[in-house]
Amino acid sequence: MSKIHVTTTINGDPVDFLCDPGETLLDVLRDRLGMTGSKEGCGTGDCGACSVTVEGRLVCSCLMLGAEAEGREIATIEGMADGETLHPLQRKFIEHAALQCGICTPGILVAAKSLLERNPDPTEEETRYWLAGNLCRCTGYDKIIRAVMDAAKDMREAS
Amino acid sequence: MALDRKTGTAPREFKIIGTRPARPDGIDKVTGRARFGADMSAPGMLVGRVLRSPHAHARIKSIDSSAAEALSGVHAVVTRADFPAPGEDVADILDNCMAGEKALYDGHAVAAVAASSAAVARQALKLIKVEYEPLPHVTDVDAAMAVDAPALHEGRANETVPDGHSPNVMARHAFGHGDIEAGLAQADRVLERSYRTEATHQGYIEPHACLASMGADGQADLWCCTQGHYMVRNTCAAILGITQGQLRVTASEIGGGFGGKTTVFLEPVALMLAKKTGRPVKMVMSRAEVLRATGPTSSSSVDIRLGMTSDGRITAGFAELRYQGGAYPGAPVDMGAMSAFAPYDLENVRTIGWDVVTNRPKAAAYRAPGAPMAAFAVESAIDELARDLGLDPLEVRLKNAAREGTRASYGPTYPAIGLEATLRTARDHPHWSAPLGPNQGRGVACGFWFNFGGDTCVSLNITPDGTVNLSEGNPDIGGSRASMSMMAAEELGIPYDKVRTVIADTGSLGQNEVTDGSRVTFAVGLATIEAARAAKREMCKRAAQVWGIDEEAVIWEDGAARPSGPNAGEHPPMTLADIAAIASNTGGPIAGHYEINAEGAGVSFATHMVDTEVDPDTGAVTILRYTVFQDAGKAVHPSYVEGQFQGGAVQGIGWALNEEYIYDDNGILQNAGFLDYRIPVASDLPMIDAVILEIPNPGHPYGVRGVGETSIVPPLAAIANAVSAATGTRMSDLPMSPPKVLAAIQAR
Repeated sequence: MSKIHVTTTINGDPVDFLCDPGETLLDVLRDRLGMTGSKEGCGTGDCGACSVTVEGRLVCSCLMLGAEAEGREIATIEGMADGETLHPLQRKFIEHAALQCGICTPGILVAAKSLLERNPDPTEEETRYWLAGNLCRCTGYDKIIRAVMDAAKDMREAS
Repeated sequence: MALDRKTGTAPREFKIIGTRPARPDGIDKVTGRARFGADMSAPGMLVGRVLRSPHAHARIKSIDSSAAEALSGVHAVVTRADFPAPGEDVADILDNCMAGEKALYDGHAVAAVAASSAAVARQALKLIKVEYEPLPHVTDVDAAMAVDAPALHEGRANETVPDGHSPNVMARHAFGHGDIEAGLAQADRVLERSYRTEATHQGYIEPHACLASMGADGQADLWCCTQGHYMVRNTCAAILGITQGQLRVTASEIGGGFGGKTTVFLEPVALMLAKKTGRPVKMVMSRAEVLRATGPTSSSSVDIRLGMTSDGRITAGFAELRYQGGAYPGAPVDMGAMSAFAPYDLENVRTIGWDVVTNRPKAAAYRAPGAPMAAFAVESAIDELARDLGLDPLEVRLKNAAREGTRASYGPTYPAIGLEATLRTARDHPHWSAPLGPNQGRGVACGFWFNFGGDTCVSLNITPDGTVNLSEGNPDIGGSRASMSMMAAEELGIPYDKVRTVIADTGSLGQNEVTDGSRVTFAVGLATIEAARAAKREMCKRAAQVWGIDEEAVIWEDGAARPSGPNAGEHPPMTLADIAAIASNTGGPIAGHYEINAEGAGVSFATHMVDTEVDPDTGAVTILRYTVFQDAGKAVHPSYVEGQFQGGAVQGIGWALNEEYIYDDNGILQNAGFLDYRIPVASDLPMIDAVILEIPNPGHPYGVRGVGETSIVPPLAAIANAVSAATGTRMSDLPMSPPKVLAAIQAR
């Protein structure tokens, strides 16, 4: 099986890799590029733990082929903080204790960031529906929703 | 030597306990840096994969792996034949990890392969030829108890099972006191009803994963996601026939467990593949494998008889509980039978539990194992009788509530407990009196959990620059490193951020019991406090040496050694950092250790209150409002205590409304994925209000009780009581999925 050469951009860095035609973007990130921040909870697009953005669009990286990254801009959890400075969402997740085990946290942060880019002032209901594709089994979502809405408020006030 | 002016559980002022600092692993977990089970790799690593039975029950006549072994890139195939004959205590565990003579459920492991890539491994699995002889199967608990049911094992029932039962009945457990018939005769109303719950999975988002290596000298290393790496070490060593000292296990960050990671599945197989290949082997389960082959909880079938006087006094309570625990003995029905009536002060109470095997994956612990199903039946029955008698269900519970001095239905007499406090707080909460609209109903229920202690070993090391490293042996599943750092800092009188807590590997500490039974904040916290006290004693000794006075004349207060008493003399206090800096010249490094089999965990109670709305056209249930009232003893980090309350409640909501294992007529699991095994999502839920009560546990220096499990015990009944109130018909069969609720409404 010959491999495909892919040239792409991940978190602003130029990246190229070889992958099998059937290999998912998630497997490429985790197994070929060592970027294990994106998690595999199901491999079928049901849990959202592998969420990344492609050209700004939120996707499950387990449902996309690595080859489809060609020429695109990918953003993952590893690119969310700016050096030592956490993104407001990351800060608020720690402050609100919005994680227990933390396995769903990268995917939820990527999804929440994507929400706030589209809607800087979401209602609780809008937040809950946007994050309905991200499963968390520990928290019951209460503190996650509060953290996202509090981060949104801080970001509105800062802008 | 007077160490502390504040001791015991007398009310005391805390500086750090009860605050909400950032968890030490927070940044790692919001940046993707934290390493979970599947995030580790090793040079030269192979990929391991498991071949699983497509049959619910079948004799394995032969396995031919020659074609797979001949495939380029395949380094080893293992089957049961590769493992030594197991000792009795690990025989079922090994059989569950790798089937012997029979495959006992859909998804049972029958062989495994190690290959150079996942693609090769997948291809190799297809080349392994297994000849099966399918056998009749049974997956339902009541069907499995029929004397002519297909038998999984022969002659394995223990001596508690009377003659004449199905060979699938493994054990009978009985608890209680008093005279049920006499008690029922005193009742003004007697209720007899049966209840059923379906099997649910813990649903942790991280599938099981491990990375094993083993040298030719038998020294082995294992990295895995587990609730207890000491348990993994001991179990794997026994299965592989190596010593515990030869196997070092390091716990990764753990992506949820809820009891489901308190045993082994892949780990012995990965070690055996590593042994055969001489290469590191990584194994990761798919979600379908997690659902098909790792521990769900039991499904249950429960009969209740309950008598009540017209003023709400329970005169007798009887429960017969039948739990199927999958393919091997050990359904948590003993704990169901012990906990069923634990919240109540009853003269006449009796419970009987039946442990039954079926052709399903072996049940693993799931948060308060066994208790939610028992509470569902008992709390539903109490609610029904109270409503039938025109009584307030909260007042009925208060009237019968267990309190200090109550003889529990399972034997012991309670010390100070918090049940009444949760009920009173619930009664006085605005939620209880808030108005309800059409098709809406409110339910309450109580719940109990024992809480565990167990073997615990910690080491607290003072660094030369005056900071503190605490090593403990329990994987941090929900913020416990923060709690340990807080307790160490509180006891030492230093800032929280001067303490860093790490989870040590099995080579670094003595035996530690699994992260289970809500034990960690209690038992590891207790050991941490005692280790800090040991370090303080040593630091007082060093200060006494410097000052040339007796050790007895030195106390530790506000983070420093201070002279105390008439003959101590005048000396400026020496802080922890001062003493640490000169440790080398005063006798060497300073550390505190503590080892204990912790007792006195302190039982836990909660009351839950929920409002639901039922769509009369579809039967869909919406959770409108939810409030948890629970006794935490002392909340070390209140945010994470609230998180335990909220998370348990929502798992209970899933169990009550959506989640179930669905088998077809062939015993094949039909919903082995998160699309069809649907756990609650954010848009299903309201905020979950968490009310923390603090009735100190006399068994812990700060009064801490475990809080992790009790929160899943009341929701099943609380929600069923609310839906029953909303629909005007009693819901006794979980989950209350829309078709079932609609049918109940239409049959009304």
